[in-house]
Amino acid sequence: MTDLHVMTPPPLLAVEDLCVHFGVRGGWLGGRRGTVKAVDGFSLTIGAGETVALVGESGCGKSTAGNAILGLLEPSAGRIFFEGIELTAIPAARRALLRRQMQVIFQDPVSALNPKLTIGQSVAEPLVVAEVPAKARRERVAELLDLVGLKASQNDRYPNELSGGQRQRVVIARALALSPKLLVCDEPVSALDVSIRSQILNLLMRLQQELGLAYLFISHDLSVVRHIADRVMVMYLGTIVEEGDAETVFASPAHPYTEALLAAIPLPDPVEQRQRKAIVLAGELPSPLDPPAGCPFVTRCPIREDRCTDLRPLLLSTPQGSRAACLIRYPPA
Amino acid sequence: MTERTREAPVLAVRDLSVEIEGRRVVDGVSLDVGRAEVVALVGESGCGKSMIAFSIMGLLPAVASVETGRILLGSEDLVAFDEEAMRAVRGDSMAMIFQEPVSSLNPLMKVGEQVAESLVVHHGVSTAAAWGEAIDMLRQVGIPEPERRARQLPAELSGGMCQRVMIASALISQPRLLIADEPTTALDVTIQAQILKLMKDLRGLGDTAILIITHDMGVVADIADRVCVMYGGRIVETAEVHEIFARPSHPYTRLLLGTIPKLTGQRKHLLRSIEGTVPDVSEWPSGCRFRTRCPLADDACANVPPSLPVAGDEAHQSACWHLDRLAEVA
Repeated sequence: MTDLHVMTPPPLLAVEDLCVHFGVRGGWLGGRRGTVKAVDGFSLTIGAGETVALVGESGCGKSTAGNAILGLLEPSAGRIFFEGIELTAIPAARRALLRRQMQVIFQDPVSALNPKLTIGQSVAEPLVVAEVPAKARRERVAELLDLVGLKASQNDRYPNELSGGQRQRVVIARALALSPKLLVCDEPVSALDVSIRSQILNLLMRLQQELGLAYLFISHDLSVVRHIADRVMVMYLGTIVEEGDAETVFASPAHPYTEALLAAIPLPDPVEQRQRKAIVLAGELPSPLDPPAGCPFVTRCPIREDRCTDLRPLLLSTPQGSRAACLIRYPPA
Repeated sequence: MTERTREAPVLAVRDLSVEIEGRRVVDGVSLDVGRAEVVALVGESGCGKSMIAFSIMGLLPAVASVETGRILLGSEDLVAFDEEAMRAVRGDSMAMIFQEPVSSLNPLMKVGEQVAESLVVHHGVSTAAAWGEAIDMLRQVGIPEPERRARQLPAELSGGMCQRVMIASALISQPRLLIADEPTTALDVTIQAQILKLMKDLRGLGDTAILIITHDMGVVADIADRVCVMYGGRIVETAEVHEIFARPSHPYTRLLLGTIPKLTGQRKHLLRSIEGTVPDVSEWPSGCRFRTRCPLADDACANVPPSLPVAGDEAHQSACWHLDRLAEVA
């Protein structure tokens, strides 16, 4: 048993059956009105140096899942392992040290930086917390600025003197200060101009190669995800409806929601775009306070049948090698 | 297409310049939108595209002002209009929909009343009749149970639904010109697809000219007939939509199209990127505004600003001194 363990090292990050439920108060005398199951039974593994993308529309729970993994939110259930160590089962001090290996970059580089700190001070912050001595700190900051493509002269600048793309570089430099192994990137390029987006995506890809970083890449932008991800997980109303290799999921989507999501992206080519078969989904996300009992996608699904209303589909293997949760296409044996 | 362009345009902007505190944020822009035509104004943040929309609508912020040029809606020059005259035009012959549907609607007014408002205010339609037409319009833009929804407040509706309400209130008085400023940017892709389909369906119903402002080349490819690409307060290229994508003829357009990750083809390669950052208006260079990021730039670009049409035919114009070397920006 122990030998086997040595031969197959645990994944960098493993999440088992994660649930984040929020009680909603309100109504008569402020009583409990219901529970929002923002994330409901979410499992994931990320290997070292791998990019796993979590995609879905606003309110699907993707950022909540990311925040729970980072420890920014208390999960209602589930277990999170980092390099095989269960984070919730160890003392807080040790957990805090382990969490240094997981850092985050958010969408909005403006609000992510303290406007009163210089770029150098911002990047040095995690090093101060980690009690790195001043001289080593200065050297490390210089190294980090260079790594993300900023000039040493920008060390003494303030965030408002920088463009959006440069600020996102600062945020990335700060996230890398303590040499993490995993970076949670929550919509890292969504707030950036088109011509700047590709610079940051290129930077993230280069950093991954140079440092062997793993990414949990949370995004609603499927073109970006297709470009950067090794594996893709598609989330709808707090659960995963499809997962697989990026290549497979984009070339032959298995779940009707994934199909609709891909068909909804207008292609930057008028000939192709205007010849395409449109799959325009009717309706919108159901209220998370009152989700369907069966398949979460049932209210908008173009191929639904009666049984989808009551039965919750499980993620099952598809012939193309992905896994999808659809009773109609992949009925349980 | 040629039929349409030969007749007088619904909107003709001529040599428009807008200044904010002495800085010229829109610099000599001319564009036409014909009857039932969709023209896309494309560019990145700070390029001046929204300022053009606000100039046309007479909604420029107090710090900004139109310095030169004419904005012709039919035969009338809107630049000469005072606020009262503009108010009569807005919501009647032209209407605008915004990026943030939720914050653009009056939060304290039933959505049905907001849709009916312009009929009552501009056309003297009775409240009861206008209410009926508002419900018809809400049905046309795809709001389920319009009778019930009309009595609700914006906060009771989703973002996609609010955008439909805004489109309904813009279209109810059958404006000659509709300006849509990033109408789907704040929406999820499946809702964006619904709104784009709605806008395409509605085009078939009337003669409304549409000026859509966007940064998304996918949206442009989906809905536009003609495209104006903006950079640094100027239009740098304009052409029919298929032309722009098949034969982009300004280095900026070529590079911009190259930076977009695709849904097919190779993955994980380094994406083409445009060097440097989108410059702030205070840093716009002399001559061609794109020259500080352009691989073709030389001394000629620094001295004289290229203006449309430097070359090309009437239908496809590019403001670049180096059209003969475009192939170098592959």
